Amino acid sequence: MSPTDSQPTDQNLLTVRGLQKSFGTNQVLRSIDLTVSRGQVLALIGPSGSGKTTVLRCLNGLEIADGGSIEIVGAADGGHAPVVIDFAAAHGSRAGVPKKALGALRDRSAMVFQHYNLFPHKTVLENVMEGPLIVQRRPRAEVEAEALALLDRVGLRDKRDSYPFELSGGQQQRVGIVRALALRPTLLLFDEPTSALDPELVGDVLRLIKELAAEGWTMVIVTHELEFAREVASEIAFVDGGTIVEHGDPKQMLRDPQHERTRQFLHRLLFPF
Amino acid sequence: MTDSTWQLLLDSLWPMIHGAITGTIPLALSSFAIGLALALVLALMRLSRRRWLSSIARVYISLVRGTPLLVQLFVIFYGLPSLGVVIDPWPSAIIAFSINVGGYAAEVIRAAILSVPKGQWEAAYMVGMSHRRALTRIILPQAARVSVPPLSNTFISLVKDTSLASLILVTELFREAQQVAAFSGQFMALYLEAALLYWIICLVLSSGQSVLEKRLERYVAH
Ligand SMILES: Nc1ncnc2c1ncn2[C@@H]1O[C@H](COP(=O)(O)OP(=O)(O)O)[C@@H](O)[C@H]1O
Ligand SMILES: [Mg+2]
Repeated sequence: MSPTDSQPTDQNLLTVRGLQKSFGTNQVLRSIDLTVSRGQVLALIGPSGSGKTTVLRCLNGLEIADGGSIEIVGAADGGHAPVVIDFAAAHGSRAGVPKKALGALRDRSAMVFQHYNLFPHKTVLENVMEGPLIVQRRPRAEVEAEALALLDRVGLRDKRDSYPFELSGGQQQRVGIVRALALRPTLLLFDEPTSALDPELVGDVLRLIKELAAEGWTMVIVTHELEFAREVASEIAFVDGGTIVEHGDPKQMLRDPQHERTRQFLHRLLFPF
Repeated sequence: MTDSTWQLLLDSLWPMIHGAITGTIPLALSSFAIGLALALVLALMRLSRRRWLSSIARVYISLVRGTPLLVQLFVIFYGLPSLGVVIDPWPSAIIAFSINVGGYAAEVIRAAILSVPKGQWEAAYMVGMSHRRALTRIILPQAARVSVPPLSNTFISLVKDTSLASLILVTELFREAQQVAAFSGQFMALYLEAALLYWIICLVLSSGQSVLEKRLERYVAH
């Protein structure tokens, strides 16, 4: 199941400029700039509270930024119009952002949550089909076939009628990933997808994400798994204090970070005690 | 007790059961259904970001919970006619009980909605749902499960409270008991018989409550 819509390859798929977000007086995002081109994987690393989750939430329209802009290019085949949202014009209010643009942003991106957030009152299959069937109103036969194929590929087809509480954390997160894929997004967002998992369950989920990267999905991944980031990411960005302190080639950056803050952070992660 | 007392209890059993079937139970069921609908609206108003909506709901809930049910019943049945609004006993009782259930159940439903983790709203939005759709498809079904035990208690209280309707001339279980008692003078025996019948109804309802709770818990970890 590879990415469904084709994008011009010469362009950045996602462009974020000067993104700002405050909660009350707490300015969480000072100015975030980032770009991701088609089929690329951007890994966001950084200390707790630095604003990584907030960046993802802005990209999924769960949070409305106060300033800056988000752009996602249109599909080359004309299947999607480009998304352009200028938050400065909206003055930080949800009402100020055109509903259509916000809807389009949600359509184009899909999020995998740290705590899975599966719907507990729905079966695995219902969880996966909810968006495509109820929101996107695609034909049931097509949606079900695609959902089952996706569950099959993550080895959970036989769990289709189970409820989330009957699954292990690793299985729940794989359903979370399938739920996101079933929405046929352009951009996949992962918020620490393995940090709530028992250590022995982490591998399966990371392997799946790596496979998706190899298939050409465009992704932004918040993670503390440095080894994973090094293997899967096309680029790593280090976030601290609401800005991107530095970004670059994963191997280069993990081996030889340019900034003292990055160095300290990596050191703390590699040698926790 | 004499044989004639036993005979009286036996003879009055059917009128009381009849009163329960045609009075107490339909009165409780219809008031509960209307009250729940009202409560859902009030709970959503309370949770609304619009201040005036939430204020109206707050005042309503405070008034209903801060005044006796009997007084509410009397205002509607004996009070309103002086304003030219005359309502029959049955509709009066249903209106009063619905208003009352609405006030109590609203707080239960509000708390249940708030108890659903924020991540559920976010996942619903993530798959593209509007606020309304997230509420009806994702949040309310989970809130319903949480509110079953407290709402069952509300219903059981309501069944007992319907005995107050006898005071506005609705023929239900307790009014039947009163009539036989007044006629025969056997107050103790007949009122105890009525109490026993209420108790049996509540026992049945309580066991129904546990069945319902088990059913609704099937998708939750134990
Ligand atoms: N909804 C919110 N309301 C108030 N403060 C928030 C909210 N969400 C996040 N924050 C604050 O924003 C900061 C960054 O949070 P977050 O983006 O979750 O960081 P990270 O994911 O890097 O750990 C934290 O200080 C957090 O307390
Ligand atoms: Mg976070």
